[in-house]
Amino acid sequence: MTGTGERPTDEHALAAAAARVLKFTLDGRELTARPGQSVGAALTDAGVRSWRHTRRGGRPRGLFCGIGICYDCLITADGVPNLRACLLPVVDGMRLTTSAPAKTPPAYDALAR
Amino acid sequence: MSGQHSSAAEQTVFDVAVVGAGPAGLGAAAAAARAGVRVVLIDAGHQLGGQYWRHPDESTTDPTRLAGYRDWGEFLALRERILRHCQTGAAVHLASTHVWFVEPPAAGGGRQSWTLHLMPGGPPSRETPPRTVCAERLILCPGAYDRQLPIPGWDLPGVMAAGGVQALLKGHHTLSGRRAVVAGTGPFLLPVAQQLARHGVDVLAVCEANGLARWMRHMPVVARTPAKVSEAATYARSLARARIPYRTATVLTRVDPDASGTQVGAVELARVGPGGLVEKARQRLEVDLVALGWGFTPSLELINAVGAQTRIDADQSLVAVVDDDQQSTVPGVFIAGEATGVGGAMLALAGGELAGIVAAEAGHLERARVRALRREIGRLRAFAAAMHDAHPVPARWPQWLTAETLVCRCEEVAYATLGNAITELGANDARTLKLLTRCAMGWCQGHVCGYASASLAAGGQGRALTADDLRPLAKQFPCAPVPLAHLAGE
Repeated sequence: MTGTGERPTDEHALAAAAARVLKFTLDGRELTARPGQSVGAALTDAGVRSWRHTRRGGRPRGLFCGIGICYDCLITADGVPNLRACLLPVVDGMRLTTSAPAKTPPAYDALAR
Repeated sequence: MSGQHSSAAEQTVFDVAVVGAGPAGLGAAAAAARAGVRVVLIDAGHQLGGQYWRHPDESTTDPTRLAGYRDWGEFLALRERILRHCQTGAAVHLASTHVWFVEPPAAGGGRQSWTLHLMPGGPPSRETPPRTVCAERLILCPGAYDRQLPIPGWDLPGVMAAGGVQALLKGHHTLSGRRAVVAGTGPFLLPVAQQLARHGVDVLAVCEANGLARWMRHMPVVARTPAKVSEAATYARSLARARIPYRTATVLTRVDPDASGTQVGAVELARVGPGGLVEKARQRLEVDLVALGWGFTPSLELINAVGAQTRIDADQSLVAVVDDDQQSTVPGVFIAGEATGVGGAMLALAGGELAGIVAAEAGHLERARVRALRREIGRLRAFAAAMHDAHPVPARWPQWLTAETLVCRCEEVAYATLGNAITELGANDARTLKLLTRCAMGWCQGHVCGYASASLAAGGQGRALTADDLRPLAKQFPCAPVPLAHLAGE
């Protein structure tokens, strides 16, 4: 947990912190983030718009609500599954993995027919 | 801050616990601390501000130097006051902390305080975060999130909640696309379009589902809120300057994928004619970003957890019932901000401050301030009621759905599935609809599709949406996702 008391107030410290580049990977592909960025923001900046497929229809999903409500943006980080990319801060060296598209065709609900 | 206070925080019985650090929570915490009582401010965010005052990480950006953020002077002043109270020990701020369970005071004497059960979020810290805090009185300020309606193709990547698009801009200076359309209803569409344009995004249109004629009958109320009028004028000017068309009585009827089939490529627009009927003529815009918002849904988990009474508001949102002092129907529990009725940041701030004063039992010392806040709340509430009347969700919104349109994004429940459950299986309320189709049973627990599925259930019976339609979809327990290991005390 970070709180209101731990902030650097010194301008040089802030500038140095802001200038840092965080490195992370998505399925092995090397990407960078700015300090304080969420995984969702960093992936968006890298032009990545989806990192998960739904389990029934195999539809691509990425950010939707952007504030932790919808759970569309779930991602696996350092082996921990089902984390919300919109809330998760990027950590230097983080390894992200996408979930593969479903191999079976969309399963239709009996009621929908 | 939280770290060094954690063990102490667990042993202290605070006078007031404020949950949420947006405008309402900051107003409440600052007012209660000023009155001299012990305050704990618990917030899911990693820094103060909530959604409205979301800003870049303070470890890299000095918030006092930010420009272009709304009502920023108010935020900086509140932040400064809270920081000071934290330094003197009058207040404790627990950041990145979720309340997952609220335990009421023991009945018939015994322990008289509320116990909030906490779940740390964010990166692991060196210190052990507190698992519980106790407080005599609670001020719940949980805020709200964008309300959504399904549209064919709305689950394509590149379609986002308007508030989410704004969160990426305000918190990270991240652009969600390059060519955007902003659609839905209500004044909130305007700042989203303005901020996108300011960051260089080509905003092709703002589509407002309603006409503006209904504002005309509210002119006396509007005249009493000059700040809102000048705000609207500012948006009108900046949209005109950026040459963004503001299309009234216009809705998005479909979102189409691009050539790759994996993200949004275009949208289809249609005019809403007399009687709310969508006209046949369609227009196509090629875009890579769609920002959608149909007003807001208050977060009611904590309100339901304490058993406070709810009602349906003018905008068809389920909200908490509060009195002139922001007290809920549960003794010792105050509620402020959007959870008491969607009305914007300044209303939330005033309600929070009033709740803070009364919860700190300082009302008799600050009589003039209390009267002024009640007047301000009355004025802004009247404006909010006018806004809700002028920007309703279109009554006939299901007309743009197709059989395959997903209503529930999590469980992938299509409109036809819901229609079948209503007409063939006799689902005549939202709860039955949920049990028969799994709609609203997935990860988001109905946060996204709850309003739509409740209104389809009511519409299937040919009646208007009621509080009883919405209540079964308002999540109750746990109030935040909590791993089993945490429950087991590990």
